[in-house]
Amino acid sequence: MSQSHQFCTFYLDKLMFGVELEKVQEVIRYLEITEIPLAPRVVSGLMNLRGQIITGIDLRRRLDLADRAEGADPMNVVIRSADGAVSLQVDEIGDVVEVTEESFERPPETLQGKVRDVILGIHKLDRRLLHVLNTEKACETAETVTSGGER
Amino acid sequence: MDDLIKEFLVESNENLDRLDSELVKLETDPSSQDLLSSIFRTIHTIKGSCGFLGFSKLEKVAHVGESLLSRLRDGKLSLTPDFTSGLLAMVDAIRAMLGEIQTTEQDGKETYPDLIETLNKLQNQGLEAVPKASVEPLTPKEASKKGPGENQKEISAKSILPAPSTAQPEQSHPARPDSPAPSAAAQEETQTAKQLQEDPRTKNAAAETIRVDVHLLDRLMNLVGELVLTRNQITQFSARQSDANLVGPSQQLNLLTSELQEEVMRTRMQPISNVFDKFPRVVRDVATARGKQVLIEMEGKETELDRSLLEAIKDPLTHIVRNSVDHGIEMPDERVARGKRPEGHLKLRACHEGGQVLVEISDDGAGIDTARVKSKAIERGVITAQQATRMSEGEILNLVFLPGFSTAEKVTNLSGRGVGMDVVKTNIDRVNGTVDLQSYPGKGTTIKIKIPLTLAIVRAVIIQSSGKRFAIPQVNIQELVRVDASRIRTEIESVHGVPVYRMRGRLLPLVYLNEELKLAKQADKGVDEEEATNIVVLQANDHPFGLVVDQINDSEEIVVKPLSKQLRALKIFAGATIMGDGKVALILDVVGLAQNANIFSEASDQALAEKTAEALAGQDRSHADMQTFLLFAGPDDSRMALPLSKVARLEEFPAADVEKSGGEWVIQYRGKILPLIRLDVVLEERRTRFRHGHKAVAPDPLQVLVCNDEGRTLGIVVERILDIVDDRAEVKSPAVREGIVYAVVINDRVTELIDVPALQRIAEANRTLSTEHAEVII
Repeated sequence: MSQSHQFCTFYLDKLMFGVELEKVQEVIRYLEITEIPLAPRVVSGLMNLRGQIITGIDLRRRLDLADRAEGADPMNVVIRSADGAVSLQVDEIGDVVEVTEESFERPPETLQGKVRDVILGIHKLDRRLLHVLNTEKACETAETVTSGGER
Repeated sequence: MDDLIKEFLVESNENLDRLDSELVKLETDPSSQDLLSSIFRTIHTIKGSCGFLGFSKLEKVAHVGESLLSRLRDGKLSLTPDFTSGLLAMVDAIRAMLGEIQTTEQDGKETYPDLIETLNKLQNQGLEAVPKASVEPLTPKEASKKGPGENQKEISAKSILPAPSTAQPEQSHPARPDSPAPSAAAQEETQTAKQLQEDPRTKNAAAETIRVDVHLLDRLMNLVGELVLTRNQITQFSARQSDANLVGPSQQLNLLTSELQEEVMRTRMQPISNVFDKFPRVVRDVATARGKQVLIEMEGKETELDRSLLEAIKDPLTHIVRNSVDHGIEMPDERVARGKRPEGHLKLRACHEGGQVLVEISDDGAGIDTARVKSKAIERGVITAQQATRMSEGEILNLVFLPGFSTAEKVTNLSGRGVGMDVVKTNIDRVNGTVDLQSYPGKGTTIKIKIPLTLAIVRAVIIQSSGKRFAIPQVNIQELVRVDASRIRTEIESVHGVPVYRMRGRLLPLVYLNEELKLAKQADKGVDEEEATNIVVLQANDHPFGLVVDQINDSEEIVVKPLSKQLRALKIFAGATIMGDGKVALILDVVGLAQNANIFSEASDQALAEKTAEALAGQDRSHADMQTFLLFAGPDDSRMALPLSKVARLEEFPAADVEKSGGEWVIQYRGKILPLIRLDVVLEERRTRFRHGHKAVAPDPLQVLVCNDEGRTLGIVVERILDIVDDRAEVKSPAVREGIVYAVVINDRVTELIDVPALQRIAEANRTLSTEHAEVII
């Protein structure tokens, strides 16, 4: 018997992603967000999660996908990180799935672009592919900050 | 980790901290049996626990120390600086081993054979040389100075021998002098423990004191922070209610929360002695290594501040103290030659001052050689030689805070490693503190550090810009100004497109928050003139500036939360907070904001100084007291002026008399040809009417200032002649474009002084351009 892992899954533009369950603090519906002027585009803003201020990362922007349609509120997958909680903003929440190591594969070499940076690999599920998100990478903001004293 | 080991670590680290200061104290008072027994007991306890827990290497080191101490205690040996150095080295070794235990639960591979040998040697050597060594003890004068009433003032470190003679364990020894810092928990407890053990009167207080994990206190502090926010929400809500059943309890809640907040904050307060007490040892180490004699005096050790701040200032303070001893205080013979006492004096003082903690470190050393700082700065390319000549002493002193600046001729292993005062400044800046440096050549240096009492909760003013809320810490705010719509035109003026506000005769540069943050202007905001302008006057590094915001709301207590790493590059924000309505608001960082807006770029200061110098030289007015100016209206109704001495006559010409000659506009005047310069053509930015496609209505007749410039006569066409005034015309702001010397305030209005030769140059360059506007001129 090989070890099994549980993943919290969610969807971005029809793609299925997963984060290891133990990394997820909670999943929460839309929270009011305070935008941050001059912040990297990937950072959608700050949210008040019961007195805790968490930073929202728009995963669509992180993956260079098209922006969410007007009025479609994102869902928040709040994950624990060394630097406090961060919310990954996604389109839709899926089930918790259990997978074994056998179904895992490294991302194909032909996969290019931002997606390759932020996924660890792929689990082959019955009818779908589950992209395993590298949460550390996903929280990185590749863009240089637009401000910082020098102009 | 085993609880037993954990406790052993906490206890031992505490004891070691005390050992440091006790050993240094013992040096000044070698006959004190109390001190000796206390030191002996401490080492003995450590040794005992090691044996019990099975740390044999640590036990061995402690054992040699113990036997050396027992001889000292029994009077078989007398203390010499060599002994103290040896024992201090042992303390360091034990500390290093404890650090090892903390991480690996083993006492490490290092057995410290050198140290053990040195200590053994000392023991034997001391036995042979008892009579000689016993003559050594230190001046009783210093010891007696410490009267019973002066328990706040303490003179403790003193090194009499220039350098330890044969055995120098500190240098031969692998452990770094300030290796692993004792755990935070240990620090937290030091004070209580110390009180218990040092003061017999509080001995029975043991029952009333408990050890508390620092993390628990931090968590408590966070929770209280949340409570404060909830309290704010409820108070906001109940203020709109009339039901006494709600209003009464909510007022009570208000009071209780404030009290609770204060008390919880107090649990985190620690006396600054936690940091100060380490300095006698530091001073001793540096002084001994450099062959200097230094007395350290400390005042206000009981001053309390938040433990996170204490942590934050520990390193900067240590650095300053090291620097003072290493570079500030001279060698003994040098001091004697200058008529000072051979031993240097280092004074540390802490006190509360206006809601802040003031820490002052002063020495009576050589002071900072500004000439050397200057040459160093030029050599390192920090400033140019030209800039240096114009800098004041104070400005030159502040150069030492720039990165990578160290004036030490010799880079010693103690300080002057190139990471110097700039690190001190950065660290202090980070906790919203300020550093001030004063130096008196030959007399000494004083460094004043001001830090807030706590970081977690601050009073802030909430402002709005483009519909978004931001908090500005109250400490940064100088005043709030509201300029009525009717006065905006006259009071907010612009110096070449840079908006300024005249505040009590000084020009205050204005920064529009919505522009800095690139926020979209609110749609409903129509023409500027219709609304009053709110200005928050801020001060960043001694540079005042006005922040223009849409709305100024209340001031509130806010809980500062740091930004996550994705946002830390945004220097313009200091953090975030949750407002009474549960929404998140960003806290503005005033210094970052000012940097973003180029408020205090050195270049602009320099430009101002240069322009001033040029202007003064150009006008041959070394003492620019009262001057007579001709005031006139330039294009767009702007105020302009020219020193009256430059104007020969004021004339009116019918517009029809203007003729064109060789691409230049001229008029016949007293039998000569007078070239004309139109300000709105020459000063490009002013030609709004051309840009907007309006056809200029040239005033008819033309108002012309006839000027003599270096033998050449020319006419300047202006809109209107206004007045002739006498004014001091203090220079207020540099010009940023050609044709203007600088801007001044005359009769309470910003006025630009025009530069005739420059106008002529522009006119010549623009000749083709002015041809295009031929039809406009006439």
